[in-house]
Amino acid sequence: MSIAATVHRHWRKPPLIRHAWLRWALGAGAALYLALALGTIEVNWIRVWEGLPRAARFFAAFFPPDFTSRTSEIVDGILESLWMTVVATAIGIAMSIPVGVGAAKNIAPAPVYYLCRAMLAVSRSFQEIILAIFFVKLFGFGPFAGLVTLAFATIGFYGKLLAEDIEDMDPAQAQAVRATGASWLQWVNYGVQPQVMPRMIGLALYRFDINFRESAVVGIVGGGGIGATLNTAFDRYEFDSAAAILLVIVAIVMLMEYSSGYLRRVVQ
Amino acid sequence: MLRIRGLTKRYRTGELALRGIDLAVPDGEVMALIGPSGAGKSTVIRCINRLVEPTSGRVALNDTEITTLAGRELRHMRARMGMIFQEYALVERLTVMENVLSGRLGYVGFWRSYLRRFPQADVDEAFRLLGRVGLDQAADKRADELSGGQRQRVGICRALIQNPDLLLVDEPTASLDPKTSRQIMRLIKELCTERGLSAIINIHDVMLAQMFAERIVGLRLGEIVYDGAPNGLTAEVLTRIYGEEDWSATISKVDEDAGEPADSEGTRDTESVIPPDTRQPDRDRMAGLT
Repeated sequence: MSIAATVHRHWRKPPLIRHAWLRWALGAGAALYLALALGTIEVNWIRVWEGLPRAARFFAAFFPPDFTSRTSEIVDGILESLWMTVVATAIGIAMSIPVGVGAAKNIAPAPVYYLCRAMLAVSRSFQEIILAIFFVKLFGFGPFAGLVTLAFATIGFYGKLLAEDIEDMDPAQAQAVRATGASWLQWVNYGVQPQVMPRMIGLALYRFDINFRESAVVGIVGGGGIGATLNTAFDRYEFDSAAAILLVIVAIVMLMEYSSGYLRRVVQ
Repeated sequence: MLRIRGLTKRYRTGELALRGIDLAVPDGEVMALIGPSGAGKSTVIRCINRLVEPTSGRVALNDTEITTLAGRELRHMRARMGMIFQEYALVERLTVMENVLSGRLGYVGFWRSYLRRFPQADVDEAFRLLGRVGLDQAADKRADELSGGQRQRVGICRALIQNPDLLLVDEPTASLDPKTSRQIMRLIKELCTERGLSAIINIHDVMLAQMFAERIVGLRLGEIVYDGAPNGLTAEVLTRIYGEEDWSATISKVDEDAGEPADSEGTRDTESVIPPDTRQPDRDRMAGLT
């Protein structure tokens, strides 16, 4: 037997970038850019040093959190935030379904696809704060502007994820329903909807969660809700009340986190 | 009667899948379509119910031209052709009953189907069909809870509840074990006989095709290269369809199956599908089906 004569063939995992010079040039370029970028940041260490005791005083003012003196404002703010969230999530999801279905390349004709994708892109390209500033200018201060902001942002988020989930579906199941002679709506109801439903319920809960947190942010620019209460507390230098509000927000977000996780497990 | 004339399909990739197929399937005939992967078997079936648009050629079912239909008329035509799929293609998150009733979508309006309020006659028929294949107890199970053979039986019920004139069957046994494959093929064959249905069955397994089909059509590179009786599949014919290979094992099997053994085995397997104690009522249901 000539096993001893076996030649050892060399093997290494092929590199991601084939040309060695390109690999090294890209690495060196990235390192150089990072070094230059770091160099352009001006840090005034004296001002950082002077800021430290101010920060300490600022955080000390948070303690102890004061839940009592502004209780009714906090409760009103939270309730307003909650109904804003519920209504905005419901309206946003209802409006995102036709847009999301239209933005799924595998089931929508090309013109509808491009129109719906454009709508999603517009909705997604502006951060909630920018939308909120815009809608507050349009509708004036108050929860209505905040509600419209959240609903509008929900369309972009939910519609895009719905479209992507539809694009990932099993075509065979949908084709089987089409082969029975089903109409388009029946086909969506029987062939598409069951495939995307569990994930979309989970995402609806997740978006509810996001909308509640965003409701605190849009309030700061005039969109009503708990954010408005928080902003007022800061403006009045009532940091202990502000701390109370922040703790309430954290508590509610945590509560929603656990309950949405539980609900998602149930619907799977 | 299904008539296909000069059916040609060129995919957008430029690939010519079918090169002028001519085929006629009389009522009540069970025909197997064999051929290597990529020969165009699935394309033929999908051009008949227009899940794939033919490039040219004509397809007519009972003298109704299918290739020119659109909208509502096309849906009605699809409702008259039951399709059974490779890998079952059940909607996995719907229940068994919803999957079977989805075969009636071509006949009921949107709101009825949306609210799952199907006509009582459809529900009765669904239970009867599920009983026929031994799955009436599983009506409210989710489709993905079933085994492969059970799923394919639900797929058969979905196709039959359409009350079709023609069955289009695409690789029904591709993911089933040999015994279940035979049971499924036998079930399809029996149901076709009961109802006088014609069927086109795409199948990879030459032996199964010979056991259960009355006529075999061999397809190669989008052209029909054999059309005849199951026992006409000689080594020479198989080479024409699939290419050079040692066919002796397949051929010797032909001789066995042509004779007595296949039949006696058939009776045995049918009994194992239907539990002995419920056999009598099932026979009655069967009679009600035809």
